[in-house]
Amino acid sequence: MDKQREATIWIGGEAGEGIGSAGDVWMKTMARLGLGAFAHNSYQSVIRGGQVLLQIRIGPHPVLSQGGSWDFLVALSQSVLDLNLRSARPQGRVLFNADTVKPPDSPGSVLPCGVPVGELTADLPKNPVMQNTVLLGALAFLLMVPWDVFEGAVRAQFGKRKAELSDQNVTVARRGWDFAQKTFSPAEHIALSGDGKRRMVITGNQAIALGAVAGGCKFYAAYPMTPASSIMHWLASHAVRYGMLMKQTEDELSAINMAIGAGYTGVRAMVGTSGGGFALMTEAIGMAGMIEAPVVAVLSQRGGPSTGQPTKTEQGDLFQALGASQGEYPKAVLAPLDAVDAYYTTIEAHNLAEKYQMPVIVILDMYLSERNVVADPESLNPHFPIERGEVVGSVEGEFLRYRDTPSGVSPRALPGTPGGTHIASSDEHNEQGVLVTDWYTNPTTRTKMMEKRMRKMEGVRRDTLERGFVCEGPEQADITLVGWGSTFQILEEARRALEAGGHSANLLQFRTVWPFPTQRALPILQAAKKVVCVENNYGGLLARLIRQETGFTIPQAVHKFDGEPFSVEPLTRALEKCLGEDAPALQTLVSSKLDIPVILK
Amino acid sequence: MSTAADYKSRVRITWCPGCGDYGVLNALQTACAELEIERHNLVVVSGIGCSSDLPHFMNAYGVHTLHGRAVPVAQGIKMANKALTVVITGGDGDGYGIGVGHFIHALRRNLDITYIVMDNQIYGLTTGQASPTSVKCAKTKSTPEGNPENALNPLAMALVGGATFVGRGFSGDPVQLAEVMKRGLAHKGFSLVDVFSPCVTWNKVNTYAWFRERVFKLEQEGHDPSNLEAAIRQAMRSDDRLALGVFYEVDHPTFAEEEPSLQGEPLVKSRIGLTDEEWNSLIEEFL
Repeated sequence: MDKQREATIWIGGEAGEGIGSAGDVWMKTMARLGLGAFAHNSYQSVIRGGQVLLQIRIGPHPVLSQGGSWDFLVALSQSVLDLNLRSARPQGRVLFNADTVKPPDSPGSVLPCGVPVGELTADLPKNPVMQNTVLLGALAFLLMVPWDVFEGAVRAQFGKRKAELSDQNVTVARRGWDFAQKTFSPAEHIALSGDGKRRMVITGNQAIALGAVAGGCKFYAAYPMTPASSIMHWLASHAVRYGMLMKQTEDELSAINMAIGAGYTGVRAMVGTSGGGFALMTEAIGMAGMIEAPVVAVLSQRGGPSTGQPTKTEQGDLFQALGASQGEYPKAVLAPLDAVDAYYTTIEAHNLAEKYQMPVIVILDMYLSERNVVADPESLNPHFPIERGEVVGSVEGEFLRYRDTPSGVSPRALPGTPGGTHIASSDEHNEQGVLVTDWYTNPTTRTKMMEKRMRKMEGVRRDTLERGFVCEGPEQADITLVGWGSTFQILEEARRALEAGGHSANLLQFRTVWPFPTQRALPILQAAKKVVCVENNYGGLLARLIRQETGFTIPQAVHKFDGEPFSVEPLTRALEKCLGEDAPALQTLVSSKLDIPVILK
Repeated sequence: MSTAADYKSRVRITWCPGCGDYGVLNALQTACAELEIERHNLVVVSGIGCSSDLPHFMNAYGVHTLHGRAVPVAQGIKMANKALTVVITGGDGDGYGIGVGHFIHALRRNLDITYIVMDNQIYGLTTGQASPTSVKCAKTKSTPEGNPENALNPLAMALVGGATFVGRGFSGDPVQLAEVMKRGLAHKGFSLVDVFSPCVTWNKVNTYAWFRERVFKLEQEGHDPSNLEAAIRQAMRSDDRLALGVFYEVDHPTFAEEEPSLQGEPLVKSRIGLTDEEWNSLIEEFL
């Protein structure tokens, strides 16, 4: 029988047990072996005590999703073991601390691998998260990871903080490794082979932060909100070195208004938040449209409405982004596809914001923000072109800040420029910037200025058409999948699975949702045999937008709004159903395997 | 040599005849001229309300923002370019009502910005509703039976909130007002200049005459502006006398002095893009 070339590892325990850190060590180990990896964290919104399940899939680079069931379960508590046993793949192995967790009563084909953590570490200072490292060492042995690579990853993870901590973790990991070597046999049904190339491990939010630094963003303001906060955290520790200011504010109103102030002054400025914070920002986003100040707003969606599901993923805010603020104003809404694309999208967002003096929204979600993936460093261009738009250096004679130009773009004078003084007014105003609403409203000026601002959309449309969407697969196919943003990789994986199952399939994935790339997308939709829109939301928001913008109605849909991302097997099965005779118009998927029982006391 | 006239714009002023805000505008122009503030390095930021139209009438850079949001916009401007002189102008509804959250935090942040609040104890632009500084029992369009809420005390709030400069003027005394503004503008840190600026249209109680009967200059009582407790006592007086002048001034490090990211040249001048060396060291962190 052929050996498995990929494997899925689940690490589960209580929140606060150091699972994130264990996952990072594992991701680094894989990346250093030249393997691909994709980690998704299913967690509850509590600092300690909720169940966390980190799903890591490894295999040849690139790995496109977190997978569906496990080959290795690292169970840090009894309930993790009991609840997740049913999700095992054949010959799965469950690793657990034999001191605190009982082996399964009926393991089936699963091999229980109990490790006596207490006995193995009796001579070492007590540390509650030590069991993670012991079990990780045992796992490294089972997967036949070269010890030196694993040790290097442990040192890279902990050495950052303290050399002593790093030594301690290496010692502890080795105890687990040695025990496994004596007690268990390696998982020989799995043969991982990396290409030996050293790659980076990065999350979607880190890619955005990196894009901000490389793209010349100098001001980031935010109020903490999951799942956007890790942008703030990364920037906070890097800002000073790269001439940037990361400002935590009293609320999201302040964050966006400060960023607009900074953008008006000539600094590339950005904010990041989730749906609730974005709702507070919308009035100011409209002001940026009116006073023509550049600003970038990152909206990382979570389950809504209201406080919703703070640590869960969803694509439910599309219309909030499109409809942000009262009135009409030029804007762009960009939806990055993966971590690498999030890097470029951030720089492009700043370019568009400054070139067209308008707000640009980058919309993603928890699934992309917090997923940890292996990426090629060469896939990120550090010198991606930066376009700063038209700014006057000095002014002779009368300066019209809002001059009515053929492109709608009026050259800016930044404060500090001699001769460029003007007023930027959130009221409707004339070409000077002076409001026209006080003594009498002025229909002629209003019409002219509205047309001037909205004319900028012609340029925005031109500049974003190329990045409108990506197509994967053959030009003609039995089934065309349609999605947007963060679901790109999972949809591509499902598409490949369909093809492997004998169906020709292609994928149309939108990465610009506004201005909608109608002109390029409509012919593709019209030529398709069967179109299915796949979205992580209840109402099929992209399908609605497509109908609104193109008149094209997508007849079938697969939706998921339980807070978890799609996983490839159930998604592929649902898509196969779409190809059948009585294809359902709508299928709703639920991650039943991840059910966590609610205990009422 | 600049004169007040240099700071006047050509925009027609739309305030009602007799509005207290004329006195504030004149005093600000006088103070700017006397301090020789370069017009192209001056940014006047406002929110929404009658008084928030003020930046239109200044020959300087101006941003007329949203209701209640002048303070964060101004802070963003100052953080982006600390070389600019940033002045915020607005009213009591804008600053002490809808924008009060930002006001409190701006105090503790202590950016070098001057905040001039034209307090008329009424919502004028929206035709006469109760404001946060309308006194208890005040009859307004929104409180026809008398205001059931207590008035907010902005000076006491600013003092307790950590303001490094708190002053008060009166539109009816433009000379003294310009003097307080000058000291506020010259102060290093966040300065609040609260101004009694009567609304002649919607507030028939707190009129010029009403204020004239009550105001006095702090110097007359030998007030020491370095004494926080004395300043709070003056702000909270209950004898129907209203003090004018500098209540409190203290030299504390500003945000720009404390924030590591703002130690070099202004952000607006900092280099864009990364060197290969910087990039490689960033990528190394992810390997």
